[in-house]
Amino acid sequence: MSDTSQIAIDVRDAVKRYGDFTALKQISLSIMDNEFFTLLGPSGCGKTTLLRMIAGFEDVTEGAIFLYGDEIENLPPNKRPVNTVFQNYALFPHMTLLDNVGFGLEMRGASKSEARRKAGEMLELVQLSQFSARKPSQLSGGQQQRVALARALAPRPKVLLLDEPLSALDLKLRKAMQLELKHLQRETGITFIFVTHDQEEALTMSDRIAVMSAGEMQQLGTPNDIYERPHNKFVADFIGETNLLEVSVDAVHEGRATCHLGGGHELTCNAVTGIGVGSKVHMSVRPERLFTSDAPVEAESLKGKVVENVFIGTDISTIVNLDDGPQFTIRTSNSDRGNKRIFDQGAEVFVNMELGAARLLVD
Amino acid sequence: MAAGAASGGSAATDTYKEARTWLLMPAWITLSFLILAPVLLMLVYSFLTKEFRGGVVWEFSLSAYDQFFFDRGLFGDEPAKIEWTYITIFWRSIWQAGAATLLSLLIGFPTAYFIATQPERVRPMWVFLITIPYWVNLLIRTVSMKFLLRDQGPLNDLLISTGLIDSPLHIVNTNFAVQLGLFYSYLPFMVLPIYAAVERYNFTLSEAAADLYASKMTILRRVLLPAVKPGVIAGCILVFVPSMGSFLAPDLLGGAKNFMIGSLIEEQFKGNAGNWPFGAAASMILLTMVLIILLIFARQQAKAEKET
Repeated sequence: MSDTSQIAIDVRDAVKRYGDFTALKQISLSIMDNEFFTLLGPSGCGKTTLLRMIAGFEDVTEGAIFLYGDEIENLPPNKRPVNTVFQNYALFPHMTLLDNVGFGLEMRGASKSEARRKAGEMLELVQLSQFSARKPSQLSGGQQQRVALARALAPRPKVLLLDEPLSALDLKLRKAMQLELKHLQRETGITFIFVTHDQEEALTMSDRIAVMSAGEMQQLGTPNDIYERPHNKFVADFIGETNLLEVSVDAVHEGRATCHLGGGHELTCNAVTGIGVGSKVHMSVRPERLFTSDAPVEAESLKGKVVENVFIGTDISTIVNLDDGPQFTIRTSNSDRGNKRIFDQGAEVFVNMELGAARLLVD
Repeated sequence: MAAGAASGGSAATDTYKEARTWLLMPAWITLSFLILAPVLLMLVYSFLTKEFRGGVVWEFSLSAYDQFFFDRGLFGDEPAKIEWTYITIFWRSIWQAGAATLLSLLIGFPTAYFIATQPERVRPMWVFLITIPYWVNLLIRTVSMKFLLRDQGPLNDLLISTGLIDSPLHIVNTNFAVQLGLFYSYLPFMVLPIYAAVERYNFTLSEAAADLYASKMTILRRVLLPAVKPGVIAGCILVFVPSMGSFLAPDLLGGAKNFMIGSLIEEQFKGNAGNWPFGAAASMILLTMVLIILLIFARQQAKAEKET
């Protein structure tokens, strides 16, 4: 975000209804100029609908959308200076790569030769210039993906919309493309709006993320914000791995809440506004914020027994059952084994966390 | 099946070959007896001598072809002149069939597009509705059409009562009536292949083109039409070919002035006045012409394909 003063896309109270079904319930958000912005959520959460509304493929039932200050929600897609990378690429099968990439340029009034020259440059940018005379069907999925990207970027759109563009690629290629996309966004300085259901992808690439569920925005923030300070149960559960446990609030004092878990274990959590004494709410603590020991170490120590150790390469995941209480998953980095002990199955241990690692959530 | 047979040794391969021969028999029988044999029969008959009350004399003769193309005969005493009567009929047939095909395409394409873009569960109903008129015999439908279009028919009555025209439009016995009749007879053959092609079309391509600043007309021309071209070509062939040889619509709706090649051929085999070798020769000429037209079409397609 080099220039945060300018808003690229401003969605104001946008509602989308299909008959009785409300796909989007009053969404408002501002996407900044030169930002890599991600709409994240499970399938059916409305993220693709919102993207398609910005592109112009779906009309807006209520509300307005502004593009750099111009109201665009009533313009047809071909009048909006935004381009889309489609989930299944939607390359024109009867055209060569060069004609595919040059199509948008030609439609914007460039001469055929001019369009071809610029399309050639774009293909060079995505390292496919040697295939420019081929048809899309002669390419692999990853190559088609890059052509789709080149085609959408060629007319220099004000905003680039990407609808789960990496979901059809295998894991290795996807990781490589994530970085390539991120670099491309920095190089071109174009605002990217990226739709995905993959939380890891969103955390890796984005400047900011809007987490959506059931047609509503659950939280908007930087990847760090969303991961470390989830607002509610949905966000905590959807982003990353977490220990999500039900607690009763005994007292709230200066931002900390004293709670107890099942089995009577006491724990101090970070409170959030709107939680009263006596209420039953959920608490979230990330597995990597926990560690085990044979004696209480931190202020927050809970006694339990190791059920299982699971080796997952970079980490070791330990499952501990508290006495008469809930289960915790603890993640220890494989490189950290010198400092932190891994206890055998059946060992009596304490589960430790720093004050503030556990957070209360609104439901 | 093929892979299994290949790995199963020679015995399995033989069984497979034998089974294949038998399984292909219906296709071979259909092709040879119902298509190849009649065509060969016509070819032979076209080189025979005509018998006066219909039928043929088994004697080689070129007179049928001679009669078609030349006045007074190529082998007569006087110098031969080209006989224009039949060539004109032929030319009219091509023209009429072409016009009917164009009309079918103009009406059939939007219809097919409409059906293909309906919700999936109602599409079969629309296809069904398109075919309903074809449960009635073509002859009856063509006669009915004549009644609808004639000077005192419902169409003219309607146009006069709404004040659009003062005196009836003469539609029957014109070229246009024949085109209309052919169009009506063969419209489903245009709609169905295009429908099948549009149904398979990936509509995201239209979205992608709109996203890249293409107008609706440009999307149709540059993206949709190239993608569904095979269906359009199939539809055009399926309407053009039977239209060329059709005789019901030209006979009933066109009158004597608008004679087409199909009627000419039909007459040669009717009653005692006919001329079987001449009818057979006209059929062979029709067949050759249609093949040549299709060949030229296919050539150009292949060329266009190479250029893009």
